[in-house]
Parts: sequence; C-alpha cells; structure tokens
Amino acid sequence: MLSATDLVVGYRRGRPVLDGVDIELHPGATVGLAGPSGCGKSTLAAVLALLLEPWSGSVTLDGRPVRRFRHRVSAAERTSIGVVFQQPRLAVDPRWTLDAVVRAPLVASKRRDDGIVAELTEAVGLTRELLGRRPHEVSDGQLQRACLARALVLRPRYLICDEMTSMVDASTTALLVHLVRSVAAAGTGVLAVSHDDALLDAWADDVVRWR
Amino acid sequence: MTDTRVTTTSAEDAATSAGTRQPASALTVDRLSVRFLLGRKGKAGVVHAATDVSLRLRRGRVLALVGESGCGKSVLTSALLGLLPANAQTRGRALLHGPGDDLDLCTAPERSMSRQVRGRRIGLVPQSAASHLTPVRTARAQLAETVRQLRGTTLRGTTLRGAASRGDVDGLAERAGLSPAALDAYPHELSGGMAQRVGFALALAGEPDVLLADEPTTGLDRVLVDHVTDGLAAAAAEGTAVLLITHDLAAARRVADDAAVMYAGRIVEAGPAGEVFADPWHPYTRGLLGALPDGGFEPIPGHPPELTDVPGGCAFCARVPDPPGPPCNGDPEPVAVGGRLIAGHVPC
Repeated sequence: MLSATDLVVGYRRGRPVLDGVDIELHPGATVGLAGPSGCGKSTLAAVLALLLEPWSGSVTLDGRPVRRFRHRVSAAERTSIGVVFQQPRLAVDPRWTLDAVVRAPLVASKRRDDGIVAELTEAVGLTRELLGRRPHEVSDGQLQRACLARALVLRPRYLICDEMTSMVDASTTALLVHLVRSVAAAGTGVLAVSHDDALLDAWADDVVRWR
Repeated sequence: MTDTRVTTTSAEDAATSAGTRQPASALTVDRLSVRFLLGRKGKAGVVHAATDVSLRLRRGRVLALVGESGCGKSVLTSALLGLLPANAQTRGRALLHGPGDDLDLCTAPERSMSRQVRGRRIGLVPQSAASHLTPVRTARAQLAETVRQLRGTTLRGTTLRGAASRGDVDGLAERAGLSPAALDAYPHELSGGMAQRVGFALALAGEPDVLLADEPTTGLDRVLVDHVTDGLAAAAAEGTAVLLITHDLAAARRVADDAAVMYAGRIVEAGPAGEVFADPWHPYTRGLLGALPDGGFEPIPGHPPELTDVPGGCAFCARVPDPPGPPCNGDPEPVAVGGRLIAGHVPC
C-alpha cells in the first residue's frame, strides 16, 4: 500500500496547499481524484510520486515510511512508483527518440529488456517507425503513449497519473485508460488525477472529489 | 441538446447559392493540401499533412474542426498564418475576404502576412498560451505592447505607436473573461486558465475578422473549458469568424455552429454541428463520439495512418475494415448530401 497520512504541504511558507490530507492506494485498485484547477490535486500526486517533500505528515510505501524525497529517494522506492505527467512535451528529453524515452528507466536502473518494451509499445500503439522519431516529430497524443510506456517499463507497483489524458484526444484517452485499467487489474495501485468527472467515473473504482 | 439555430445549408451550399441570406464568408479554404518533404528534397518521405481540405469560415459563426491527435488539424493554422516551415509545399487556395480584394494566404508575401494579416486580420489563440507569454513581464505589459503595435498607424513606413490606454487593455481583458486585476501578474503567477485568457485577449487586440483557436482548451478543467469556449462564442456573436480546432468533442458540441471532422489529413464529414454530432454518418465520427466516457468509452480500433503513408481510397476503412453502417464507396472526396458533406460512407 502507498499511503499518505495527515499531509501538510505547500510552496510558500505559511500557505499550505494541502492541510491534513489522507489517501491510500491499494494494489489492484484505482483511486480517482477530481477537482478544479488549483485545488492541490497535482501537489498530492507529486508527494505520492515522492517528487515533493511534505512539510509534515507521513508517506508510507509498502509498510515502510518514506524519509527522503526527490533526488534523495532510494532506487528501490523510486522504481516502484511510475508517474505520467500532464504535459508529455515537458516530460521528455527533446533530443531522444521515443524508443530511447521508453527505455530510459531500464538504462538508468541497469535492467535488461525482457521483452517488456515490445509488449508495452504494442499496447500503447507505437509502431517501429514512430519509435524512431523524436518528440518534435510526433503529436502530444503519440508522445503521451510513449510516456505511459516509460512509466510502466519497470513494472511499478504504483502508478500516478496526473492529468494523463488532458492533452490527448478521446480515442487515445480511451486507449491509455484501458491499458492502465489492465495494469491495475494485474495488481498495480493507481492514482488517477483528472478534472474530468465523466472520465473518472468510467475509470476509477473510487473517486475522491475536492472543491 | 436543443438546437435553436437555423442551420439549413452547409458551408459548401453557401458558396453556390450566393443570393440566399447567408452570413458573409470571411475565409474560404479551397482544396488546400500541405505536404512536408523530409530529408533532402523529400527523399526520406513526404508527410501528407492536409489533403484537399475545403472549409468556409463565416462571420458570426464558430466552425469546429475535430479529429484525433496527429490528423493534420493544426497544420491548417500554420498554413493560414503563413508560418509553415521551409520544407512545406502547399497546393490550393485559402482566400481571406477583405473589403477590397481577396488575399490568398498561401501565396501572399511575408511582408503582407506580417504587416496586415497576422494579429490584425487573423488572430491566433494558441494551445498552452502560458508558454507563449514572456516570463519576465507582466501580462499587462505584454498586452499593452501588442495593442500599441497593432493599433499604431503606419505613415510613410514608420509606425506611429499609439499609446495603449489602461482602459483599452482592461477592456480587452474583460472581453476575454479575465479580471483586469489579474493582468498585473507575471505569467508564472497565472493559472493555465488565466494564461489562456491572456492569450485570448492578445488575439483580440488587433480586432481580427477571423480567430483561429488551435486546441485552446487543452489542459484546462471543464469550468475553464466552458469559459474559453463561451469566449469564442461571444467573439462570434460580435461578428468574428471563428475556427475552433480541437480534439475535445464536448467543447466542440458546446459552441460550434458548424463542424468538420478530419481524418488522415482529409475532411471526412462536415455540416451543421447539431446534425453531425447528433447523427454522425461517417464511421470515424461515430468512433470519436463512442470513445467519449459518456459515449461508450471504446477506443477506435487500430491507429491512424502515418501521414507519410496514407492509404489510397477511404483511409478509415484501411484501419477498420467494413465498419457498421452503409457500405463505403471508397471515394475519399466528400460529396454534398442533404446540406452535409460526407466522404465514402454516403447514407442510403
């Protein structure tokens, strides 16, 4: 279980964005988080992705408290949580081909490709030709497919999707969400952050709504 | 959805029945094709970004151009603004109708595009406006500068820059749905929705006849999407011709008077928005609507073709053979049927 208890976190002293928030992600379950822009959804996603250190409160990953955040997170913790961001273009190195983008976590963690790259790129619908292109040669939707494959390539136990589909079209949204649902069915715990209520109703097992 | 608009003729009919009461055309795209040559002289391939696209933008109306990512929608804005890269080749025409004569945007010299067209006669509401703002200046400074540049009068080659009054700038912000107080913020202090409205105000600064909105709602939450689309509708109500390029069918359904559906660089279906969305004829349009969470949430099988390798005939049947509905006649060219345009899958 990936959980956060009594989180207080913000960006400016004295002005917490989240104040006393609790959330639990269970393996195989999808929690949806809905709310308008600026309500702190992405902040919570960043904390659960261990990319933002809370001011107070605790984050627990599979029974162990997480003590370090951002670049100081241990490799074992880092690789057990996958993240997909809202804007794929800001989340990839523009010099890399999509194939290199998808493989990057394998390279960084010195793991071998046991066929997962082919399996995931097939599932997200990236052809060999597309994988050879660089980010500026593909659409946002095609790039986000690569970002989802990258997030899943280490077979994370938890997946944080922060507005994963807000830059992509309806058909790509349905494809990406179906893949995340199948990954969740195989045991991954998922946080699905979105402002789209209709999407979360179709996607998540439970939806938390913030104002 | 109640549709009280009078939408009896398609854009194409308007072209042929000039005598009928139709809102004046502001921009006519006539069989526009855009190709990108990859590698030296196209030896590495040719991207068929747009093929024989015909559209008519009319004053006071919103035309929604919808389709999946990578279908060639956005290349149209670049083509209409003369911002295509050097490896692009165009065919066909895009006539900007003016009080005097028409200007073909595909062949107009850069000098006319930069001095008369961009920002003045055609305004662009870009995707992710936040990334188009200068980070070190306030929104107000950027908007005031734009107003000065666009409204300054040209006299013997020198621009007499009129001062942008505070009232002018505040008025623009209000038309774009932005509180004037927010203009004093720097771009990083603006939310995505507020930045988008600054982008909208910038597009309105030159009082353009035509507004091109290229995915203006991407990344915004539903309330902000509604604000932006309502802003476009308000601009149309003031007589502007609006092209809303979007993959957000919910936004398109909300404000569009006319709709055109693009697949693999071609228009496959077009007509009054109420009719197209309520009773889609083309299997691709049905697939797009069926992919919405409230429409079935089923992705369209397969993938759109690479624009470097678009199949001949009906490109959608190459992806989904024998889709349900009337059989495909294989003709990629849309034909007029009952006030609408449909390619290949003509209803019986």
